[in-house]
Amino acid sequence: MNPPKAALKLWSADNRIVLAEQDRFLARDIQRLSGTNLNRCYHCRSCGNACPFIRGMDYPPNAIIRLVQYGLRRQALESHTIWICVGCHTCSVQCPMGIDIAAIMATLRRLALEEGAMIAETNILDFHREVLHSIKQYGRAHKLGIMLRYKARVHQWFADLDVGLRMLAKRKMDLKASRVQAIDEITRLFIPHWKR
Amino acid sequence: MSDPSLHLTDLSYFPGCSLESSARESNISLMEAAGILGLNLIELEDWNCCGSSSANILDKEIAFSLAVRNLSLAPAHRPLMAMCPRCLYHLREAHQRLAREPETLRAQERRWGRPISLDLKIIHFLEVLVRLGPARLHQGLVRNLNGLKFVPYYGCTLFRPPSLRQGTYYQGELGNVLTMLGGEPLTRALTHRCCGSFLSAARADVVTPLVNEILASAVAVGAECLVTSCAMCQLNLEIRCTWDPRLPVFHFSEILALALGAEDYEGWFTRHLVDPRPLLAARKLIA
Repeated sequence: MNPPKAALKLWSADNRIVLAEQDRFLARDIQRLSGTNLNRCYHCRSCGNACPFIRGMDYPPNAIIRLVQYGLRRQALESHTIWICVGCHTCSVQCPMGIDIAAIMATLRRLALEEGAMIAETNILDFHREVLHSIKQYGRAHKLGIMLRYKARVHQWFADLDVGLRMLAKRKMDLKASRVQAIDEITRLFIPHWKR
Repeated sequence: MSDPSLHLTDLSYFPGCSLESSARESNISLMEAAGILGLNLIELEDWNCCGSSSANILDKEIAFSLAVRNLSLAPAHRPLMAMCPRCLYHLREAHQRLAREPETLRAQERRWGRPISLDLKIIHFLEVLVRLGPARLHQGLVRNLNGLKFVPYYGCTLFRPPSLRQGTYYQGELGNVLTMLGGEPLTRALTHRCCGSFLSAARADVVTPLVNEILASAVAVGAECLVTSCAMCQLNLEIRCTWDPRLPVFHFSEILALALGAEDYEGWFTRHLVDPRPLLAARKLIA
């Protein structure tokens, strides 16, 4: 999972706009699902200027809006950008047109998962899965458990080993998870209603 | 400005997963400071994770229900106080959705078998301090911070997301409170730059330059340390910084409790990855 090389892939060959592949309803759908009006965007790039994570992204935030406006569904859903975005809302605050760009990113992530799109940042997704697993099991996030399971999943035992050991030495990671007593109230949330 | 319906003696307290484990020093010092200020923090009985970024990304409905379970556990007659900005955000967002969607509120009340109050106040600790007023802080001041030069680091979440921006604005108060206790805030650093959040675990290569940038900005304005309102920021700023020498990063509650005369600070500061004790000793704040 290396960071994408080119900061802007908009002009590369595999991003040619094939008219027949355009999804004319994408912009409308994203607008309704995210509750923000992306037609107001005039591509001033304030969002990208402010974004702390721009270096890890393949498209700057306004280019994601452009992809949506052009109806380029696959490119938008398979971008690194939507997974690198942590939802810090810096772009939403900077946007002179008051577009909640973070909400657009969240909506695209949701669609990507629901539609089974190719996920560009599998490590990040794996991490989220482990956090949710911990919550399902204990009702709370157990950091050591999350990190161990995550490392096993991505086979990177030695990355960050020093940080992990220092955190253990400082007792920043508890061996035993803090648990919710009424755990069945939590686990029930994870079972579809017709199975309960 | 004071809201007569808000009594600030008994407060429900939502610690959240970070303050329960990796940032326990923040939890302990918060309790200490609250005790000195005459606040009675009653931990929310059997609380669970607020929903977190991860649950919100993977399954919004599960995340929403997780947040609502906490709301259903909170007694309506006292405000629910959170220390972690992200928890505050998720709890408030869920509360706002319940107010918008009466059918969802009823469904959630049936799910948990407990009433959920739409009048419940969900507030951050900083807001509690501001409402208490400067007099109470002055009264409790034991150790003057002696002009300790700090950067008030808010991180990205406190007061920034749209759903937190409704109502009174408490931006800047972290610096104000500590100024009152004798500190010297340096606000021209990157005080609201995001720390990298969960990317710290999966994409450290993206987070490290970011954290270095934040710390470099603090060094550039002549700061001796950073004081942060968010437990996750504190951790990220400590573990992802590759700069030398490193600036200590304090939890806001630690500095507050220290100024208010707490004595068991040794246990908190030994849990830091960047030892803050030399700085505090040089400033004659600790022995």
